[in-house]
Amino acid sequence: MRSGFAIFDHAQFRHYAKQITDMSVEARERRQPWILLSAPLGAVTLLLLVPLVFIVIYSFWLRSAVGPDIAGFHPDNWQRALTDPFYRYILFNTLKIAAITTFFCALLGYPAAYFITRSSGNKLILLLLLMLPFWISYIIRTMSWINILGSSGALNTLLLSTGVISSPIQMLYNEATVILGLVHFLLPFMVLNIYVSLDGIDTNLEDAATSLGATRWQSFLQVTLPLSLPGLAAGGLLCFVLGAGTYITPLILGGPRDAMFANLVFEAIITQLNWPMGSALSLLLLLVLGALVAVYNRFLGMSQLTKGLG
Amino acid sequence: MSSVQLNNIVKRFGSFTAVEKTSMTIEDGAFVTLLGPSGCGKTTTLRMIAGLLDPTEGEIVINGKRVNDVPIHKRNLGLVFQNYALFPHKTVAENVAFGLRYRNVPKAEITRRVQDALELVQLPQVGNRYPKALSGGQQQRIALARAIVIEPDVLLLDEPLSALDANLREDMRVELKNIQARIGVTTVFVTHDQSEALAMSDRIVVMSDGRVEQVGAPEAVYNTPASEFVARFLGASNILDGRCLSRSADEAVLDVPVFGKVTVPGSRAPHLAGEGPAKLVIRAEKLLLRDTPPEGGAFSAPATVETVDYQGQSVRYFVRAGEMQFQAINMIDERPFPVGAQVHMTLRPQDCAALPG
Repeated sequence: MRSGFAIFDHAQFRHYAKQITDMSVEARERRQPWILLSAPLGAVTLLLLVPLVFIVIYSFWLRSAVGPDIAGFHPDNWQRALTDPFYRYILFNTLKIAAITTFFCALLGYPAAYFITRSSGNKLILLLLLMLPFWISYIIRTMSWINILGSSGALNTLLLSTGVISSPIQMLYNEATVILGLVHFLLPFMVLNIYVSLDGIDTNLEDAATSLGATRWQSFLQVTLPLSLPGLAAGGLLCFVLGAGTYITPLILGGPRDAMFANLVFEAIITQLNWPMGSALSLLLLLVLGALVAVYNRFLGMSQLTKGLG
Repeated sequence: MSSVQLNNIVKRFGSFTAVEKTSMTIEDGAFVTLLGPSGCGKTTTLRMIAGLLDPTEGEIVINGKRVNDVPIHKRNLGLVFQNYALFPHKTVAENVAFGLRYRNVPKAEITRRVQDALELVQLPQVGNRYPKALSGGQQQRIALARAIVIEPDVLLLDEPLSALDANLREDMRVELKNIQARIGVTTVFVTHDQSEALAMSDRIVVMSDGRVEQVGAPEAVYNTPASEFVARFLGASNILDGRCLSRSADEAVLDVPVFGKVTVPGSRAPHLAGEGPAKLVIRAEKLLLRDTPPEGGAFSAPATVETVDYQGQSVRYFVRAGEMQFQAINMIDERPFPVGAQVHMTLRPQDCAALPG
């Protein structure tokens, strides 16, 4: 009886002791990622989520002609943003320009990415060259087109001196130059995403396809292209979202009628000092692009996107 | 079915010569293995036959027709890669059907032939699955089915078993050989694994540094290596530097360290022309360790056991005789010799091979 009691006590003690140590280890492990994440999460909350909430609140306020904005819940700004044909036209135009830009980025970017993937030389150097433009300010890169396409720019000077034209052609400040500037800006993103995708494809697959009777082109269409579509889609999404949100390019390279949606937001907030309207407009663009990302995520998943960025 | 002929093939990459003036003939229906360590040029040779690489010099003749300028997709060859190279976005059946779609085969016949090929590799049920749902061994069978369903003139296998684990590798070895024998396709097999080469081939081409070292049936290459490289690469050998004292049609007399004068039958010295420096090759499994010196007929020398590598039914010993270390792989009944044991190494001269020095 005595010994039995002692054994029971001892075992019970060990059991509890083990439970306590196990729990603390598990709890520690559960806590650890949150400790590591706390700083970025704090930054995102403070710098992104909180201002976003402010903007949402602001978008329901009203601007008064005199005095401070009128607080409250007024759907007026939203109503105008959604129904005004001018806003709708600009939104449509913005999406159209982003789509055309994305198309040309894909068209130009795919061969470049393919070339880098298959080059026998130093891929790292080629990728570095691709990133090189990022070392120069985006604004300066955009403005450089004025020196090339302007009325006394390089191209006009060349055409004049060779006698092809007798007076300078106006090439700048239209939709085409906006698209040109955007393609110039966004192409590396596209190339990188396609490159990552192509680089992950085993070259033996194309060899296998050709050995089975497919020509180089057929094996590309049958094997390489479908396997690289996720990269193409990721690059396309990035180009589209960045292109649709652009503000600088239409400002520098576009004419008065080539305003894009971000220019509207700028106009509302900075020029007209209509913060509530600007908030509603910027949220509208965010919602449209967010919906696009959601659709992409539904069909392809976000993992491909992070792969391309990494 | 076809024969393959390489005439003075050279492949250079810049200043590096991957394959030096190589000629070989692969007969119709034969299973020929290109064997050698990595970087010996065996895969380069295979890729040139396939059309994935162009030879710098020389010609490749398949079925009596020069194919140097025939692009890969018109060569009608079956190619199997080490990493399977199945199309991950296509089902197994689509993978196997891939080559047939470029051969104007009617749809119904494609279905039938794909099913036949899947049955040949013993995976008739997996047509609708995707490659990643299959194990490595299954994937390699599908790759084989995809290559043979097009009824290729030549089947080219680039280390197809290397990615599989050991047990599976041995099963697949037997199965691959059976399938090849059944369809009778001329096969070129590239491997660095000597046991695969010995087990599967009709002929082995041993390569080293871009050159062919020896061509022959597995037992010929194993028993009468043409060079020290071949002797060392296939199996475990003890190679003794010595001199050939006399050479007649029937026998060669060699004087080597430790064992003294050894008379090797002429059939085991086909590459030794006459007197002069020579090498004696003693296979590790032909060097028997005994407690007592043998009685007449066999050569022997005393030695001390240094290392014992017990493997169950056999033991690998490293023994020392004077300055020299020998390797002996012996079957055993009960217990191996302990380290430090004094033993007698014995060999029969007809088990040795002689090489020019």
